[in-house]
Amino acid sequence: MYQYVGLIVLFPLIGLFINGFFGRKIKNETLVGMIGSAAVGLSFLVAAGIFVEMLGMPEDGRSHVVTLFTWIAAGSFKVSAAYQIDQLSILMTLVVTGVGFLIHVYSIGYMHGDRGFWRFFTYLNLFIFAMLNLVLADNYLLMFLGWEGVGLCSYLLIGFWYDKKFPGTGITWTGDAANKAFWVNRIGDFAFMIGMFLIFREFGSLTFREVMGGAETLAVGNNTMFWITLLLFIGATGKSAQIPLFIWLPDAMAGPTPVSALIHAATMVTAGVYMVARNSALYALAPTTMMIVAIVGALTAIMAASIGIAQNDIKKVLAYSTVSQLGYMFLALGVGAFTAGIFHVMTHAFFKACLFLGSGSVIHAMHEEQDIRHMGGLKKVMPKTYWTFLISSFAIAGFPPLSGFFSKDEILWKAFSDGSLVLWIIGASAALMTAFYMFRMVTLTFEGEPRWAKDKHPHESPATMTIPLIVLAGLAILGGFVGIPAVLGGGNAIEHWLHPVFAQAHHTMALSEHSSHTTEYLMMGISVVIAVTGFWFGRRMFLADPEADKRIAAKTGFLYRLLSNKYYVDEIYNGSVVRPLVRTSESFLYRVFDVRIIDGAVNGLAKTTGWVSAMMRYVQTGVVQNYAALVVLGLVVVLGLLIFS
Amino acid sequence: MIPHVLNFILFLPLIGAAAVLLARRSDNAVRWTGLLFSLITFVISLLLYFEYDPANPAMQFVEKVSWIPSLNVSYHIGLDGISMLLVVLTTFLTPIVLISSWKSVQKQTAAYVALMLVLETAMIGVFSSLDTFLFYVFWELILIPMYFIIGIWGGKERIYATVKFFIFTMVGSLLMLIAIIWLGYYASTLPGGVFTTDITQLFDIAPTIPLNIQAWMFGAFALSFLIKVPAFPLHTWLPDAHVQAPTGGSVILAGVLLKMGTYGLIRFNLQLFPQSTLEFASLLSVLGVIGIIYGALVSMVQKDVKKLVAYSSVSHMGFILLGIFGVTVQGLQGGLIQMLNHGLSTGALFLIVGMIYDRRHTRMIEEFGGLARQIPVFSTFFLIVTLSSIGLPGLNGFIGEFLVLIGSFQSQVLGSIWYVVFASTGVVFAAVYMLWMFQRVVFGESRSPENAKLVDLSAREIGLLLPIVLFIVWIGVYPSTFLSKSESSVQRVVEKIEQVQRGEIFTTSVSPSK
Repeated sequence: MYQYVGLIVLFPLIGLFINGFFGRKIKNETLVGMIGSAAVGLSFLVAAGIFVEMLGMPEDGRSHVVTLFTWIAAGSFKVSAAYQIDQLSILMTLVVTGVGFLIHVYSIGYMHGDRGFWRFFTYLNLFIFAMLNLVLADNYLLMFLGWEGVGLCSYLLIGFWYDKKFPGTGITWTGDAANKAFWVNRIGDFAFMIGMFLIFREFGSLTFREVMGGAETLAVGNNTMFWITLLLFIGATGKSAQIPLFIWLPDAMAGPTPVSALIHAATMVTAGVYMVARNSALYALAPTTMMIVAIVGALTAIMAASIGIAQNDIKKVLAYSTVSQLGYMFLALGVGAFTAGIFHVMTHAFFKACLFLGSGSVIHAMHEEQDIRHMGGLKKVMPKTYWTFLISSFAIAGFPPLSGFFSKDEILWKAFSDGSLVLWIIGASAALMTAFYMFRMVTLTFEGEPRWAKDKHPHESPATMTIPLIVLAGLAILGGFVGIPAVLGGGNAIEHWLHPVFAQAHHTMALSEHSSHTTEYLMMGISVVIAVTGFWFGRRMFLADPEADKRIAAKTGFLYRLLSNKYYVDEIYNGSVVRPLVRTSESFLYRVFDVRIIDGAVNGLAKTTGWVSAMMRYVQTGVVQNYAALVVLGLVVVLGLLIFS
Repeated sequence: MIPHVLNFILFLPLIGAAAVLLARRSDNAVRWTGLLFSLITFVISLLLYFEYDPANPAMQFVEKVSWIPSLNVSYHIGLDGISMLLVVLTTFLTPIVLISSWKSVQKQTAAYVALMLVLETAMIGVFSSLDTFLFYVFWELILIPMYFIIGIWGGKERIYATVKFFIFTMVGSLLMLIAIIWLGYYASTLPGGVFTTDITQLFDIAPTIPLNIQAWMFGAFALSFLIKVPAFPLHTWLPDAHVQAPTGGSVILAGVLLKMGTYGLIRFNLQLFPQSTLEFASLLSVLGVIGIIYGALVSMVQKDVKKLVAYSSVSHMGFILLGIFGVTVQGLQGGLIQMLNHGLSTGALFLIVGMIYDRRHTRMIEEFGGLARQIPVFSTFFLIVTLSSIGLPGLNGFIGEFLVLIGSFQSQVLGSIWYVVFASTGVVFAAVYMLWMFQRVVFGESRSPENAKLVDLSAREIGLLLPIVLFIVWIGVYPSTFLSKSESSVQRVVEKIEQVQRGEIFTTSVSPSK
């Protein structure tokens, strides 16, 4: 089946062409939606076929590269359009196409009646195409094509309702939010590119295999590796919304909700995690970068979780929760737990997609209302949405035996055993906050008495929307079973599956099992206690008083304002970078340097020439007597000089 | 293969210009005649692409006829992989320009079309000349039609703009003329040498010029070319010329004329003066890098879309400078692809600006908004070209920029990664100024009731943009079509300079004397 890998990428491309060129003519929404969904569904089937075939192969024989054509060649530089199928890329492909397919189906219901229906499915297919290139590429440059490609789709979809207002810091329109996303990502991409240049200079190639092969002989602590890995990681902070480049993700909620689910929660934002995991062998050589990755991840996790506590927009809460969960993934990578990071990518894709789609279902039912303070009591009117949302909330909060428990616990355990106690404490505190804000949101949205206006008539969403929710909730329950740790008697199938991919990195880092099972049980117990505590407080507080926020705000004052204003990061960036740059460009570079200095010099030269010429003109009077007089004068001067010198 | 094919391509437009003047009874006859000639020229020029043999290192399609025997000047033309691609770019853009002016040019149509065709001959002449004197003649010939195109069919301040354009260019080219004469004279001072203007002979002679004199020669040529590029800080004629020029003039100016500068730098500065190239590479790369950032920042704050695109050219052309003076195969190949890219993307941007100007008679960003809903086809084309301009992977702009950056990053000549690190910030800034403009023009809500009257693109306008978009995608997905043709020629340029670095080519240490 390997040779058919091209099909995985081709189907979304076909879908995108059909809907892109003819979608406007196809008046039937369902047909457009089905073409878009089928394209992704077919990709999923091909990927599943390859996956099944891989299962039957020996562990070392599962990795293959399929080259399509030479993309760019100049001198010693050569890059091909080639796909690498291995345990990691096929897993990501399955998640992307699987979750992607469900979200496509959901969108048929959610986008019903939108004038840009066909455009929406075109962009979604383009996104899947780009994302598949990102995860399947066998080299950095093709990965970068996908990397920027998903950024483009994100841009197009955030600004999908281009004439809709979207308030924010320095933002008026959805298009401004789209720009912000693209620009911030580009800053990351800038670092990614420099990283690629360094890789090419160091290894003379941009294919993963050759680079990893070249890295085998390098010593740990290599300075170039530090820079390469750091630059790539800065790229990841852009795409995966980590400190300091996380600011775009919350504003990305300007797009339609399925977009938030697919791109800004389940798949695209995990690209940075995938990229670091793909380069695990390089990161293993750079312990300093690893430390930075772990610290940034942990800090992002807790910072975003704390912001999540004080948000009232259902999508904003979920957005910050995504930033926070991505922080966990980087924490895992940073302590060398690459499998745990990827495991969390997968489980997070399930429950976060479900949560976002659920929020979309709620927003749909509430006629575009997104403020959870104006909701409440929805569990009676939309039970399917409620139950799936609740299950996924338990999953993200880390309740056993749901998927989030296994993946998050694995990360916290590794943060403790291979990292440090401090990292664990930060991670555990963030987990407490997560459980709290999730159940604050669940309670305010679904429980208690309705707080919405009388003219609103919420209703359960159609089957195209609820079926994907149910499937995703099922995955949120079951998805963790592939990674049950050995200590609980599980096989940790995902660890074994991915083992060959990370073997080189593990070999370099030489991690050892050094903690006892007792400690692991203990930590696991603490995790459960944390989740339950957060749940209990979140639920009790807001069930008793839906306006508990006000009391908290009154008590904590500045701290609460700090959280609800997202630590004023946007304001700080605007004031320190954006505005000065625009102002300098306008009032100095353009108005002064270009217009006054350069053009002034040019025009000055022209004027001087003109003036000199005008003066000279007086000599040329055209009167013969004057010329004769001057000739005589000249003669006298010359003769005088000859005589007296 | 047609014998003397390059002669045909060179003079067909000129004959077309004459035919246009004969057909001036009706404007439509004029337009069709002009278009026909430019299309035939384009079709024949495709032969150049297919017949060009990248394995053959010599100049191809060569024609040589003695012209001024006393000065040893000859009509000597021919192409290598670099100039061949630029000739095809020229013949590709000319018909597009003529069609784009179909409706918008109504006064003195015959003169306009004839001047465009004369311009085409001159541009092809510049790229194919293998004689410095002939090159100079074509180089200067460009000025005349361009002067009138801006001066007659331009905007309100067209006279200021066209005079500025003229004077800037003249200052540079006068110095170049002196250098050309001096080069011929130097050849005559060598043992058994005669005065010569033959470029292929000068390739061997010029690198032996003593360093101090070579530096002056290099400077004279470089100044002339840098003005044309235009490189910072010699760029201020460009925004004025662009803003005042009619759409067709802008497309040709950005699409082809600027490339004459970068082409000249490769053909003359790199190939004739390798030692001085090594000496000045850092300086010129710095100018390139400043141009990238400065052009982008100034572009960001423009209020007129056309001026914004004009300043973006300064930024884009900076990449080409950096690629050339990194003197690596990747950098030069990237620079060449970037020349084609800039011709396509910026050409298309000017067409697009022209289309909106034809409808609204304004180009101010603040006048628009919400075009996506009003004119979706226009907006879609605009978006694709914008994305090409900001270097999105999968489209053409990325290939050029990436090759330039990865090439100059490894450059032994520059010897530092910082040029590229700073230049790469241009990638971020490009996204800022282009997308910010795009957001204000196309997204959001309309800020003027006039916009409600806008009609979407006509079939003619779509037909103009479609071939460009086709190449935008083509180069992005499969650049080998073009890279493979020029690779060997570029390699030769680089090898020569590497020979100098290795000390295999010597300059004479004493000044020549008779």
